[in-house]
Amino acid sequence: MRADDPFLSRYAHGTRAMTASEIRALFAVAARPEIVSLAGGMPFTAALPFDVVGDVMSEVLAHEGPAALQYGGGQGDPRLREVLVDLMRHEGIHASGGDVVVTAGSQQALDLLARMFCDPGDVIVAEGPSYVGALSAFSQYQVQVCHVPLDDAGLDPDKLSNELDRLSREGQRVKFLYTVPNFHNPAGVTLTDERRDRIVEIARRYDVLILEDNPYGMLGFEGDPPTTLRARDADNVVYLGTISKTFCPGLRVGWVLAPPAITERLVLLKEAADLCSSNFAQAVAYRYFAEYPWQQTLKSLRDVYRERRDALLDSLSEDLPPEVTWTRPQGGFYVWVRLPERLDAKAMLAKAITARVAYVPGGSFFADGQGSSFLRLSYCFPPPDRIREGVRRLAGVVEEELDLLRALGGLRAPTDEPDGAGPAGWGGVQ
Amino acid sequence: MSFDCTVAVIAGGLSFEREISLRSGRRVAEGLDEKGYRVVLLDADEQLVESLQAGYFDAAFLALHGRFGEDGTVAALLELLDMPYTGSSFDASRLAFDKLAAKSVLRRAGIRVPDAIPVGEGALRELGMGALLDRAVDELGLPVVVKPNRGGSALGIRLVERADQLPAALMTAFGYDDTVLLERRVVGTELALAVVDGLSPLPAVEIRPKQGWYDFAARYTHGAADFRVPAEVDPQLAKHCFEVAQAAHLALGCRDLSRTDAILDEHGTCWVLELNTGPGLTSTSLVPTAADSAGVSFADLAAHLTNRAIARRPR
Repeated sequence: MRADDPFLSRYAHGTRAMTASEIRALFAVAARPEIVSLAGGMPFTAALPFDVVGDVMSEVLAHEGPAALQYGGGQGDPRLREVLVDLMRHEGIHASGGDVVVTAGSQQALDLLARMFCDPGDVIVAEGPSYVGALSAFSQYQVQVCHVPLDDAGLDPDKLSNELDRLSREGQRVKFLYTVPNFHNPAGVTLTDERRDRIVEIARRYDVLILEDNPYGMLGFEGDPPTTLRARDADNVVYLGTISKTFCPGLRVGWVLAPPAITERLVLLKEAADLCSSNFAQAVAYRYFAEYPWQQTLKSLRDVYRERRDALLDSLSEDLPPEVTWTRPQGGFYVWVRLPERLDAKAMLAKAITARVAYVPGGSFFADGQGSSFLRLSYCFPPPDRIREGVRRLAGVVEEELDLLRALGGLRAPTDEPDGAGPAGWGGVQ
Repeated sequence: MSFDCTVAVIAGGLSFEREISLRSGRRVAEGLDEKGYRVVLLDADEQLVESLQAGYFDAAFLALHGRFGEDGTVAALLELLDMPYTGSSFDASRLAFDKLAAKSVLRRAGIRVPDAIPVGEGALRELGMGALLDRAVDELGLPVVVKPNRGGSALGIRLVERADQLPAALMTAFGYDDTVLLERRVVGTELALAVVDGLSPLPAVEIRPKQGWYDFAARYTHGAADFRVPAEVDPQLAKHCFEVAQAAHLALGCRDLSRTDAILDEHGTCWVLELNTGPGLTSTSLVPTAADSAGVSFADLAAHLTNRAIARRPR
């Protein structure tokens, strides 16, 4: 293949950094059925009640066909917005449908909010690691992402405060703090109740807006997480929700709950981007949550994911060498694994795929090149026996890499003290 | 020739170059379709043999790159099926795919190849070869190119400029093969030399990466490298390079098609880096680009290769 491109001089600055990558080439193979993919975070849609979904869709067409297949308002279907307000009440949020904007998944919300707030060179603060989709949405606007470390209790408030202090001393205006407090992607950890209050307070103190992204909040396996940041500070938190994990991602329905001024502007941006979200998808989502026992489906989804999480955590304990540590999620989709420091998860990926198991290398979740010795495992999609098989394969690859590294003189013998470097607290609870 | 011929275009597979191979396969299928062949596009997966047996194909067109394809695996299977296929035989594909083995054969044929020292994963793990890596680097001099012995598209290849970068580069390369080469770096003009049996010599393509060198990102990111067809080198030297490529093609026993990646240094020496028996065949790939500039369209090239295979059909 030739790499010359006659349009090169015409591309916008924000897209020029997009390059082909080895990782992308490897993932083309990882999608093959022979490979146990612990990489992608795809919800297990096969567990949905398809008879119910079929009924809902028929009803939409029978009762409101012409409207459902028409354009809609930029802010979204008002009936759906009321239902979303009801959903948020389960997470301690009291709001009005007028402050909600429906988006094409929360991914579009990330894009629109970055467009609204960020000029090239602006600073955003995010957890380190952070959701890769958010990082790529932000990178289009050429922002600088500053990472603040997480530990088993979530985003570290002291480190956040230090970072905001440093940035403010340097005269940098932070446009917002992007955070996933519940069952973090990729780290799997949940922000503690006490830290939530502190983070809301710190954001106030430094006059930094919070973007709270909460796709997994209703997927707790051992009870619900503490109430949301939005429930603690309605005026300084923009809340992002989605039905992708509680129902399905195929409908592309997410939403933003924001203070009125932001909501108004967001509707204009949304209309400029795509006029409106699919009216049909919104009508389906509305009826599903308004008229069907969605909580029953959610409960069965939670059971499916809990079983898979257990399979993953059990086999990690059984199979992985003692130098490797990981987090223990109480909900959501992900486990964050820390390899001995000098192992590079990206360099190891080709070998893993050859051994028929795939994961996402940790570097993908940082905007600044950190994370090379971490990797993310997802347990949401493969059934438990495949997860166990995948971990066995992964363990073999890790053992081989450790051997090789020792042979290259890059690692102390396994009997030595485990490496102490890196973020404190990781893997401490396994 | 095309009248009433059915061709299986085989692409994809489990190679790390799967994505590129699928693009090559689709483009070849379009080209052959344009020329009036009946075309079936097959993924090189576990149903491959079954599909080939069920399909009454006159020939198979191999659009595979990388392992389980370009390395001769599929050629061997087609030999067993008595089905003619485009490109090199099992033996030649396997030889060309093994850079170390190919180097020996090419060197014996009087072709210049950069010196290389093999490092086996087993030798490191079981024999303590790690202690000799400094010596290997001294012998070759820095910077040194670290590459998997088998594999393509520059996957897993790293340029090591300081000795302390070597362990990480080796770890990366071992991801793709259990034998890794430390290769002396040759500086000069990067050339891709296409040899197509039965066609007049094709012009050399010159590759000018915009920054650094022709790594994976530069290969597959549009605009990351500039190309010159024909290469902007002295015509006598260009002719010499083509002859070297042809000699290399013959020395390894290649058939129908190969792409030699070479570097022309400042003394006019043409160094052969490797031969690809399954080069990229997307519309912007190097070989179709060379053919196009010689007046051979993509569809003509695909038909030419297919017809050569069909002519080998057992009677």
